[in-house]
Amino acid sequence: MLSFLGRRILIAIPTIILISIFVFGMQKLLPGDPVLVMAGEDRTPEMLAFLREKYRLNDPLYVQYFHWIGNALQGDLGISLRTRQPVLDLIAEKLPVTIQLSVMALIVALVIGIPAGVLSAYRKGTWIDWVANVVALSGLSIPNFWLGIMLILLASVNLGWLPASGYAPFTDDPLRSLETMLMPALVLGTALAATLMRHTRSAMLSVLQSDYVRTARAKGMAERTVLTKHALRNALVPIVTVTTLLFGELLAGAVLTEQIFTIPGFGKLVVDAVFTRDYAVVQGIVLCTGIAFMAMNILADAAYRLLNPRMRDA
Amino acid sequence: MTQPATQQIPRAGYGGMSVSIAPAADPLPARRQSRVWRKLRRSPAALVGLVIVVFFVLVALLAPLLPLPGPAATDWMAVRKPPSLAHPFGTDEIGRDVLSRMVWGAQASLLAGVVSVTIAVLLGVPLGVVAGYRRGWTDAAISRLTEALLAAPFLILAIALAAFLGPSLSNAMIAIGLSAMPIFIRLARGQTLSVMTEDYVESAQAVGVGHLALIWRYILPNIFPPILVQATLTIATAIIAEASLSFLGLGQQPPAPSWGSMLNTAKNFLEQAPWMAMWPGLAIFLVVLGFNLLGDGLRDALDPRDH
Repeated sequence: MLSFLGRRILIAIPTIILISIFVFGMQKLLPGDPVLVMAGEDRTPEMLAFLREKYRLNDPLYVQYFHWIGNALQGDLGISLRTRQPVLDLIAEKLPVTIQLSVMALIVALVIGIPAGVLSAYRKGTWIDWVANVVALSGLSIPNFWLGIMLILLASVNLGWLPASGYAPFTDDPLRSLETMLMPALVLGTALAATLMRHTRSAMLSVLQSDYVRTARAKGMAERTVLTKHALRNALVPIVTVTTLLFGELLAGAVLTEQIFTIPGFGKLVVDAVFTRDYAVVQGIVLCTGIAFMAMNILADAAYRLLNPRMRDA
Repeated sequence: MTQPATQQIPRAGYGGMSVSIAPAADPLPARRQSRVWRKLRRSPAALVGLVIVVFFVLVALLAPLLPLPGPAATDWMAVRKPPSLAHPFGTDEIGRDVLSRMVWGAQASLLAGVVSVTIAVLLGVPLGVVAGYRRGWTDAAISRLTEALLAAPFLILAIALAAFLGPSLSNAMIAIGLSAMPIFIRLARGQTLSVMTEDYVESAQAVGVGHLALIWRYILPNIFPPILVQATLTIATAIIAEASLSFLGLGQQPPAPSWGSMLNTAKNFLEQAPWMAMWPGLAIFLVVLGFNLLGDGLRDALDPRDH
C-alpha cells in the first residue's frame, strides 16, 4: 500500500507542476498593466518603477514563475489586495465553513442517494424504479441555485421555518449553526444525491446478477441479508470511489450555494475576490483546489484498493 | 522523433496483406441512421427530450418574429406586476416584460451551450485522438495536461478564467469550453485506443494506409457516436454552467437578457415579485432536462451491444 501511495504521489507531481503553470499563466491573461491597477489613480513614474521591481515584473517570465512557485511552496501565496491578509490565512479562515457545509451536504446525499439507488435496482422495471430515475434525472437538471431560491421562497418567505441567510460558527452555537446550514446543505446535497443514486443503482444491478448473490438466495438466505451483506457490501466499492470523486462537484456547488445563502465560506471568498479583482486570492484558491483534488483522487484509488481484496496485492 | 505508431500495435494472428479491409465508414451511414432514429423514436423519454430541445431552439430562433415587447423596453407604469394578459409572465423590477426576456434569454443559453461544447469538441477530440494514436510520450504529455485541467472543478476553473478574461458571454463560453475540453480528450483517447485494436484498423495499417487517412477514414467515424452522446450531455452541463456564471455576474452582462442574470436580480425581490424567479429557473431546468433525456436516449440508440 505504501509503495502504491508513493508511486501515485510521484505521478501526481508533474500534474501539480502543470496546474501551477496554468495558475501562474492566468495572471498573464489580464488585459493591461497590473502595476497601473495596483498603483491607483495618483501614480508617479517612480512608484510604477518601484512596484515593477518589487513584483519582479522586469524579470523574464520563467524567473517570475520560479519566484512565485518558490514562495508558494513555502506557504506564501501572496497578499490579498482587498483585506491585506496573506492569501493562505484567508483560505484557512474560510475553509471550515465550507467543510461544514460540504459534510452536511454529503450526509444528505448519502442518506437519500444510496437507499434510493438500492431500492431502484432491487425493484428494477417497477414504478418505484421509474419514479427514482425521474427524480434523479430532475435532480441532475435543476440548477442548484434555483432550487436554493425556491426553497428560500417556500421555507423562509412563505412558511417562515428556516432563516434565509446568515451563519453561526458550529463551535459558538451548534444548534443555530445547524439551523442556518440545513437549507444550504439540502440544496447542495440533492444534486449529489442524484449522481450517487444513479451510480448506486448501476453498481447494485451488476452485483445482483452475480453468481454469489444467486447462490446466497439458493441457500435460502433471508432477502434482507442477501441485499445488505452480499449485494450492498460489494456494490459499495464503486460507490465509495464515486463519493470521493464528488469532491469537485461539492466544491463547485458550494460556490453557488454560499452565494445564495450569503454564507461566508470558500465559495463566497472566490466570488468576492473575482469582483474586487483580488487576483492573488483567485490564483491561491485555484491552486489549492487543484492540489486538494489530486489528493482526493489518490485517496479514491487507495480506498478502491483497500475495499477490493483482488486489488490489494496488485 | 517517436516510433511510427504502427510498430506499437500488437498484430498477432495474421499476415498483413491477406486480410480483407472493412470499408471506411461514413459518420453514421444511412442504414445506421435510420436504425438509430427507429430506436430513438421508440424511447418516450428521448422523444420528450427531443421535443423540449426543438421547442427551445425554435423559440430562440423565432424570438425577433414573436409579437412581444423588446427585451429591454421598460414600462415604469408596470413595475413588478404579477402575470396578467398583457404580461403573461409578469414584469420585472424596472417594468420589462419577463416573457420577452425569457424568449431572448433562450438565445444566450442555447448559444452558450452549443458554442462552448463546439470549442471543447474541436480542441479536445484532436488531442485525444493524437494521444491514443501516437501513444508514447505524446500520450503521456497530453494525459498529464488533461489531469491538470480536470484537477480544478469545472465551475471554479470557469469562474477563474472568466475573472481573468473579463466578464462577458463570449468569455464565459470560452471558459466553459476550455473547462469541458478534458472530458473530450479522455473520451476520444480511450475510444481511439480501443478502435486501434480492431482488425480493420490493423489491416489498413498493414496495407500502408497513411496516418491522416487512417484517422480520417477509420478512427474518426468509429469514435463519432460516443462523442455525439457526450456532446449532447455536455450541452446540458454547459447551459447550467453559463446560467451559473451569469447568476454570479460573470456571464451575459446586463441589460442583455440571460436566464442566469435574471435569477440573480430576482433573488433580491423574492417577497415582492416571486414570479421573477420562477420562470427563468423553470426554463433552465426544462432545457437541461431535454438535453439530458436526449443524450441518454442517443446513448441507448447508438449502443452497438444492443443491435
